[in-house]
Amino acid sequence: MPPAIAAVNDFVVKFANVNGSGSASANELFARSILRMGVPVSPRNIFPSNIQGLPTWYEVRVTEKGYLGRRGGVDMMVAMNPQTWAQDVKEIEPGGYLFYDSTKPMPSSMFRDDINVIGVPLTAITNATYTDARQRQLFKNIIYVGALSILLGIDPEEIKRLFGEQFKGKEKLLDSNVKALNLGRDWASQHLDASAVKLKVRRANTVGNRIFVEGNNAAALGAVYGGATVCAWYPITPSSSLAEAFQSHCKRLRHDKETGKAKYAIIQAEDELASIGMVIGAGWNGARAFTSTSGPGISLMTEFIGLASFAEVPAVIVNVQRGGPSTGMPTRTQQSDLLSCAYASNGDTKHVLLFPEDPRECFEFTAEALDLADRLQTPVFVMTDLDIGMNHRLCEPFKWDDNRQLDRGKVMTAEELEAGKTFGRYLDVDGDGIPFRTYPGTHPTKGSYFTRGTTKDEYAKYSEEGAVYVRNMERLQKKLHTASKIAPQPLRYSSPKPTRYGVIYFGSTSPAMAEALDHLEADGNHVNALRVRSFPFSKAVEDFIHEHDKVFIVEQNRDAQLRTMLMADFTLDARKLVPVLHFDGTPITARFIASDIAKKLDQMKVVPFEKAAS
Amino acid sequence: MTYIAKPKLHHPSLVRNKAGFTRRDYEGAVSTLCAGCGHDSISAAIIQACYELDILPHQVAKLSGIGCSSKAPTYFVGASHGFNTVHGRMPSVMTGANLANKDLMYMGVSGDGDSASIGLGQFAHIMRRGVNMTYIVMNNGVYGLTKGQFSATADKGSISKKGAANSDESIDLVSLAILMGATFVGRSFSGDKHQLVPLIKAAMSHKGAAFLDVISPCVAFNNHAGSTKSYEYVREHNEAVNRLDFIEDREEITTQYEPGTATTVQQHDGSLLRLRKLGEEYDPSDKVAAMKRVQEGLAEGEVVTGLLYLDPTPKDLHQNLNTVDVALNTLGTADLCPGSATLDRINASLR
Repeated sequence: MPPAIAAVNDFVVKFANVNGSGSASANELFARSILRMGVPVSPRNIFPSNIQGLPTWYEVRVTEKGYLGRRGGVDMMVAMNPQTWAQDVKEIEPGGYLFYDSTKPMPSSMFRDDINVIGVPLTAITNATYTDARQRQLFKNIIYVGALSILLGIDPEEIKRLFGEQFKGKEKLLDSNVKALNLGRDWASQHLDASAVKLKVRRANTVGNRIFVEGNNAAALGAVYGGATVCAWYPITPSSSLAEAFQSHCKRLRHDKETGKAKYAIIQAEDELASIGMVIGAGWNGARAFTSTSGPGISLMTEFIGLASFAEVPAVIVNVQRGGPSTGMPTRTQQSDLLSCAYASNGDTKHVLLFPEDPRECFEFTAEALDLADRLQTPVFVMTDLDIGMNHRLCEPFKWDDNRQLDRGKVMTAEELEAGKTFGRYLDVDGDGIPFRTYPGTHPTKGSYFTRGTTKDEYAKYSEEGAVYVRNMERLQKKLHTASKIAPQPLRYSSPKPTRYGVIYFGSTSPAMAEALDHLEADGNHVNALRVRSFPFSKAVEDFIHEHDKVFIVEQNRDAQLRTMLMADFTLDARKLVPVLHFDGTPITARFIASDIAKKLDQMKVVPFEKAAS
Repeated sequence: MTYIAKPKLHHPSLVRNKAGFTRRDYEGAVSTLCAGCGHDSISAAIIQACYELDILPHQVAKLSGIGCSSKAPTYFVGASHGFNTVHGRMPSVMTGANLANKDLMYMGVSGDGDSASIGLGQFAHIMRRGVNMTYIVMNNGVYGLTKGQFSATADKGSISKKGAANSDESIDLVSLAILMGATFVGRSFSGDKHQLVPLIKAAMSHKGAAFLDVISPCVAFNNHAGSTKSYEYVREHNEAVNRLDFIEDREEITTQYEPGTATTVQQHDGSLLRLRKLGEEYDPSDKVAAMKRVQEGLAEGEVVTGLLYLDPTPKDLHQNLNTVDVALNTLGTADLCPGSATLDRINASLR
């Protein structure tokens, strides 16, 4: 028997449950109560594409240091699902803990001899107290939270406060939940030795004023602050909760105080083709519009994205990425739609992508995307993913500058047209590739034009002449260059010591990367890091690559998609960009990144790459 | 899509409407469709309707899909914005445009391939959402721009120019529009301007989803014996259920009707529709009867035309969504952005 794992404020508890059993809110309660003790947590839902009956897991990383990436490994398993028992038991680290419902006796062969087993007769306790089947199911979850609070040292007052907030004005519910919590606590105090469990939560002060929120909720709020008035969407996991959150934010924030009327329109479209079509129609007609979707939705939208790009119509698409290809892994995370979004549609197309790292940036970048789409008159993608979108994540609070005005970009007004200002819909007057547009209905005789996906000249007149076409395509390229300068710029994190090695990463990899850099540094592997936040890439990305001999490109996809895009945009030696790839559908971990990079660094040090190649 | 510029000079004697425009101000570029194409007659009817309605040309937004019919918006109301979208998806773009600014008049122009084949789904959904618009299908039963393939509205048994018989059931867009919840549904014939112009005027004045199926023979590929969308066939089989006179509310009613020969319906905007009876009893407010009559016509090989279904006071999409009285695209930062104090409260609720 290995020694029992001992850790304070640094361990992983995983809950194995049955989907639809009401466990989600109990598990979230567990995570929040630790947060309220000033200790950061990073929870993750691992769920099936199912509403009821299939296995689901909730993994809580308790991390005083604030490492919010998935750690990997399980120190304590709360095994509440007989279907997955064997797999769940197997996953526990040697010396770890198994917490289970001991109502029915189980043969010893069902356990392991290198883990610590804690049995609580949850079903027996529940059945002795409740007669209603639904109550039995729901309160069983609260009872285990109560027992765990004794074992791990979670302050019950924090849990009760959370109940108080959740059931404000519903005293009956509040009382019954407190009762269930105490049932678990009392049983555990009387029958178990809490000191045998050496995983402990201790009050700390490392949460600060951070907020705990899901990326989809944050992006939806960003759409409100960014002035979106039209949202058209089609239900698809893992993005549906984004449009639904937009609806609920709008209900609170976007109704006229006097008339009660809505300053927004939300349409649940018949499919993704229609949702992007509506966004483009609204964008063409001068409203800020967005849609949220995931990979398969992008596939359907592709033709329209080409139209919006070539006809130069603003549109914002939030892509909450999931595992592909095809239907793929609908409830698992990946960063595998970079290529399908960056180059969506036929012909020479390229689109603007933003890569938020957490809910805070989901908020910022969605608001920013609405400005950028108007300023650039083109589709802008916010490339989030399931890991950010559907999990509560601790992040810096949202900020808004009250002096900020929605930037509608180059829109010619009736007054300007009346004053005789030259209007050419596709005329580059400022040298940045961005022309002026007019909204339909602006002026009785001036400024109207025909919008089309076919080729046209600077004055929107249909033309298939080669020179005219080339001029237009080159202007669009110039516009994308402008995009690379005004979109969120990459952020650099330098190693304390000079190094020839760099690493480039983006999006939800961020927390795992930050932790991996600490591990690497601690092991004497010095690496400079660059977090890419938008595409087309800014020059700073190219400079960073040129500064280093080898650059690791960390991505959550099989084909090294970001690396492909870097290779396409810059003139680079392919051997210089070393892919570090994780794509099994689980969020990338620091353990994986650090060990993969360390291994590769090791190989490079034994036989210098240049020599081996020559 | 034309290479020929149309002269902009107008004859000074041209009569101006109440909005101060001549009929020619509602024209567009020179058509590049085939000589004799039914679509050009429909464009002419739209021009006439807009002129007679005293519409400000720039207050119209024209949207279309892809195909011969979808080229047509270039040929009318040149002073308005137009959007030639993608094949079969005009309805979603028009829905979005309408959401952004409910104050413009939306004219969607599509074809039978665009609306009944590739775009059938979007066609159905724009009708059920009650988008305030006039949706015209220039229906010739054939793919003209790709040279004569059958479309989904080609009647079963009709013969293509190359001699092939269509074995598939045809889709009747009028029946579908009624079924899907359009609140103004009519059918006409490009060769019958007297019927078509008042129908377009009434449809444009309708505050809801108005659909017009206009049979428009394709002179190049579908105007031969064996076709059921040829000039000859439609003239012979046209069964009008009523004749419509469109009367703006402010106009003095000068036309006299024999008692019992006409019914008057008032639309939401105050316009009056006077329906002259033609031989049969027909009540366009009865949805079930309308479906029955249209289906009977189809069974008989008749082209049933006229105002076929009307709900004069529908609720449109904006009413259903309870949007503010001003156009959404006029709302600015102060209207839309809740500000930092609200955000601080939201932050506090997330701890």
